[in-house]
Amino acid sequence: MAYQLLVRTATFVVTVVLASVLVFAFMAILPGSAARVSLGVNATPEAIARVEADFGVDRPLPVQYLDWAGGLPTGDFGTSYVTRRVIGPAIVDRLLVTTWLVGASMVVALVIALPLGTLAAVRHQRPSGTVLAGISQVGVAVPSFLAGLLLIALFAVKLRWLPSGGWTPPARDPVAFLRGLFLPALALGLVQGSVLARYVRSTVLNIQREDFIRTARSKGLRRWQALVRHGLRNAAIPIVTVLGLQLSVLLVGAVVVERVFTVPGLGSLLLDGVANRDLLLVQGVVMVLVVMILGINWAVDVLYTVLDPRLRARA
Amino acid sequence: MSAAGDVVDATGAPVVVADESIGDVNWSLWIGAALVGLVAAMALVSFLWTPYDPYFVDVTNRFGGPSPTNLFGTDQFGRDVLSRLMVGARTTLFVGVVSVGVAGVVGTPLGILMGMAPGWLHRVLLRGNDLLLAFPALLLAIMFAAVFGPSTTTAMVAIGIGTIPVFARIARSGTVQVMSSEYVLAARSAGRRGVRLAVRHVVPNIASLLLVQASVSFAIAILAEAALSFLQFGTPAPIPSWGLMLFQAQSVLAVNPGLTVWPGVGIAVAVLGFNLLGDGLRDRFDPRLAGHS
Amino acid sequence: MADQTVVTRADDTAAASDDRLVVDGLDVRVGLVGLLHDVGFRLGAGERVGLIGESGSGKSLTALAIMGLLPDGLVASGHVGLAGTDGNLLDAADVRMADLRGRRMSMVFQEPMTALNPLMKAGDQVAEVLAIHGLGGSGRDRDRRALELLDAVRMHEPELVRRRYPHQLSGGQRQRVMLAIALANEPDVLICDEPTTALDVTVQAQMLDLVVEGARDRDASLLFITHDLAVVATVCDRVLVMYGGRIVEAGPVQQLFTAPRHPYTRGLVASSDLDAVDAAGRLPTIPGVVPAAGTFPAGCVFRTRCERATEACAEPPPWTGQYDDGHACIHPYGDEPVARDPEPRPDPRPDPHPEPGVSEVTS
Repeated sequence: MAYQLLVRTATFVVTVVLASVLVFAFMAILPGSAARVSLGVNATPEAIARVEADFGVDRPLPVQYLDWAGGLPTGDFGTSYVTRRVIGPAIVDRLLVTTWLVGASMVVALVIALPLGTLAAVRHQRPSGTVLAGISQVGVAVPSFLAGLLLIALFAVKLRWLPSGGWTPPARDPVAFLRGLFLPALALGLVQGSVLARYVRSTVLNIQREDFIRTARSKGLRRWQALVRHGLRNAAIPIVTVLGLQLSVLLVGAVVVERVFTVPGLGSLLLDGVANRDLLLVQGVVMVLVVMILGINWAVDVLYTVLDPRLRARA
Repeated sequence: MSAAGDVVDATGAPVVVADESIGDVNWSLWIGAALVGLVAAMALVSFLWTPYDPYFVDVTNRFGGPSPTNLFGTDQFGRDVLSRLMVGARTTLFVGVVSVGVAGVVGTPLGILMGMAPGWLHRVLLRGNDLLLAFPALLLAIMFAAVFGPSTTTAMVAIGIGTIPVFARIARSGTVQVMSSEYVLAARSAGRRGVRLAVRHVVPNIASLLLVQASVSFAIAILAEAALSFLQFGTPAPIPSWGLMLFQAQSVLAVNPGLTVWPGVGIAVAVLGFNLLGDGLRDRFDPRLAGHS
Repeated sequence: MADQTVVTRADDTAAASDDRLVVDGLDVRVGLVGLLHDVGFRLGAGERVGLIGESGSGKSLTALAIMGLLPDGLVASGHVGLAGTDGNLLDAADVRMADLRGRRMSMVFQEPMTALNPLMKAGDQVAEVLAIHGLGGSGRDRDRRALELLDAVRMHEPELVRRRYPHQLSGGQRQRVMLAIALANEPDVLICDEPTTALDVTVQAQMLDLVVEGARDRDASLLFITHDLAVVATVCDRVLVMYGGRIVEAGPVQQLFTAPRHPYTRGLVASSDLDAVDAAGRLPTIPGVVPAAGTFPAGCVFRTRCERATEACAEPPPWTGQYDDGHACIHPYGDEPVARDPEPRPDPRPDPHPEPGVSEVTS
């Protein structure tokens, strides 16, 4: 098992390095000089040359790459060509906000999906099961930013219960923090919960039909006991895969929902960067998002090995 | 079942045997096709006729509610919502067709090549594909917008490129399955290989998989385009796009929340339609998977 | 054994003193389609009864209905009684059935590959059945008892096996684990559903010995389901023959195999006897195939494949004889042995050269 974990971790590291090459290469193909873009069309050649020298973008690409990528492990993302500020601290701040948002929406999604999906599976032959399956199918089709707009219209504009946006750090005012977190987390979580509910439903349906569940019942467990004691861990394996995919989708969804609710997370930072043509910033944020997605995939692989003894066999 | 009249149950009384074609209507397929058809019809009709010019600004008629003259009301510029919705359907389908087309045309051969490649190369390519999968279409489209500036074309191409590895993966797994089947082994032992083997045996056998994937990817492309336009990195104003209509509705949410309804319904109907169509197609091609979605 | 004066099964619902399991008038249906019809039999204390028939005849459904483990959508009616418990098990709530399962009656399933939880160590799966029923003392006691049980089913290196996951065990080892689970709480009734079908031929005989031994040592009544007549002959005292969701013949092993009365039983015996070839050198087999569930003919279910069928077979045949020795056929064969001549004989004569003993029947 240790060997398996080592191999997976090594693969993860190699993939991250390759991803950084891809991100860097993509940003480097920009037609024209980054400095020219950031200084605007009226800049003098001297000013451009000075800025290029300042930021070291006149050096060969491999050198620039090593310089950039070498700083990443220590949280050094370079200095913005546009704002002239160090990018690292901003990314770390924003990452914290996005983590709160994604974490909270994952909780919302699970709270919705686990009971709803299980119920839909247990009642799959009754009308209530079909209705539940139908609701989740519709939920999948609603983009999270639309859900956000509708939630704002209802809870912020009409009922005036919750703020329509903004962000308060939890340390400053926990209540305001939760009130601000609630709607964006709900917007993201509702949609992902619908997606997840469908997987939970089909997984539970499949598990119910497994022979070993019948064996467990033949040993004297009641129907639900057999499902809980023998089904859950078996169901966890396919569900963990989907949860991993979901986290990645949530990360990308957060980019849009942060804009709807003016939440100062990584997504807002990325969009501001794009709007200001702050390419180094965009490059940094994209890299963080991709590393997080790869990290989630790695974690899912590791969880697999822990959950399923069949995967530990080859050592 | 024609023999239903002859069938009797254990007590000797004639019974009606559950007929698969009656009891198990492929609802997903038909509802999905109907919803997709509705969106397509809206888009097609918009070429010939819309109730009003979707760009016509009428400041005397801002925020008009639903009325006999403006069925779905008017927006903050007094433009007819229904007309903009119909032209928006065009944008949505256009982006979907182009991006799924790009992804399918490039991704499928890549996936087949991957599936037919020898062991070590196969593993390397698979890892590479997994790496590309870590760049979601929407993120890629935002990067494209950063480098090339926002436009419908950028959005379509970016979403398409972002979807290539999805098609490559599904084509690969289908190919691997086909390649290990008896009839391909027979064809290979008869000396058939390479492109001819792929065209003759692999492509027809993974076509249904790809069709299902295309339908699901279409739904994802619609969502991505809507998000991009909503973020103003996609279709530029004043061209009607459902995502952009939602963005414009957000700025007047406090005044007239009703404006979010119709573009929202449009997106949901299109996505629901393609998702259901995908489910229905899968059930149709592989009955073993029916009801497991 | 039970009340010998009984003529028809349906009249007799009261369990005799030493009957462990009484099944009477058991029907199973899904929607409007009947799958089992009027199935009835008894298991005496320590008795070993075989239930044979082709695939789709309803053997497994019978077992699952008794255990209360029918798949969703299948509905059982009739009566199942277990000695020492009151009332009809078919009406019992899941909580009561759960208490009986694994303690008073247990079951070994056909598929050893899928019947065990892939994520749980073999020893833990054995210990669990002890824990469920509050037996076996502490966790450590249960582990030790589980080890003894694995040893009792003659598992090599039980200490090693109990710490293995199912995917690390062979089919035979898994089926031994299943048997250890089934026998753990000394059940009164043990049901085995084709426990050897999925195993290698070399392992089958050992497994059969273990089943017989396990049931005998614990004085458990055994209901042994199989399609293999040779297996029934080695394991059982008495046989029930099922076809189309009904019991078509019942009787002692020796008699049923040497002088079957129902044409279906006769066909089964003939097709299992490799020495019996017809004039053209072919094996005599039952013509046609088992119809799909719910598509059996009215009246005698076998009449569409029966060489003796007449107009009269359109009426359901009554049970003739006693519940544990009788048949449901209006044109039964007499006492003559299995015909080697495939031609139907309307007026069969006794054969001067009876068939060899049952033990020589091979499959």
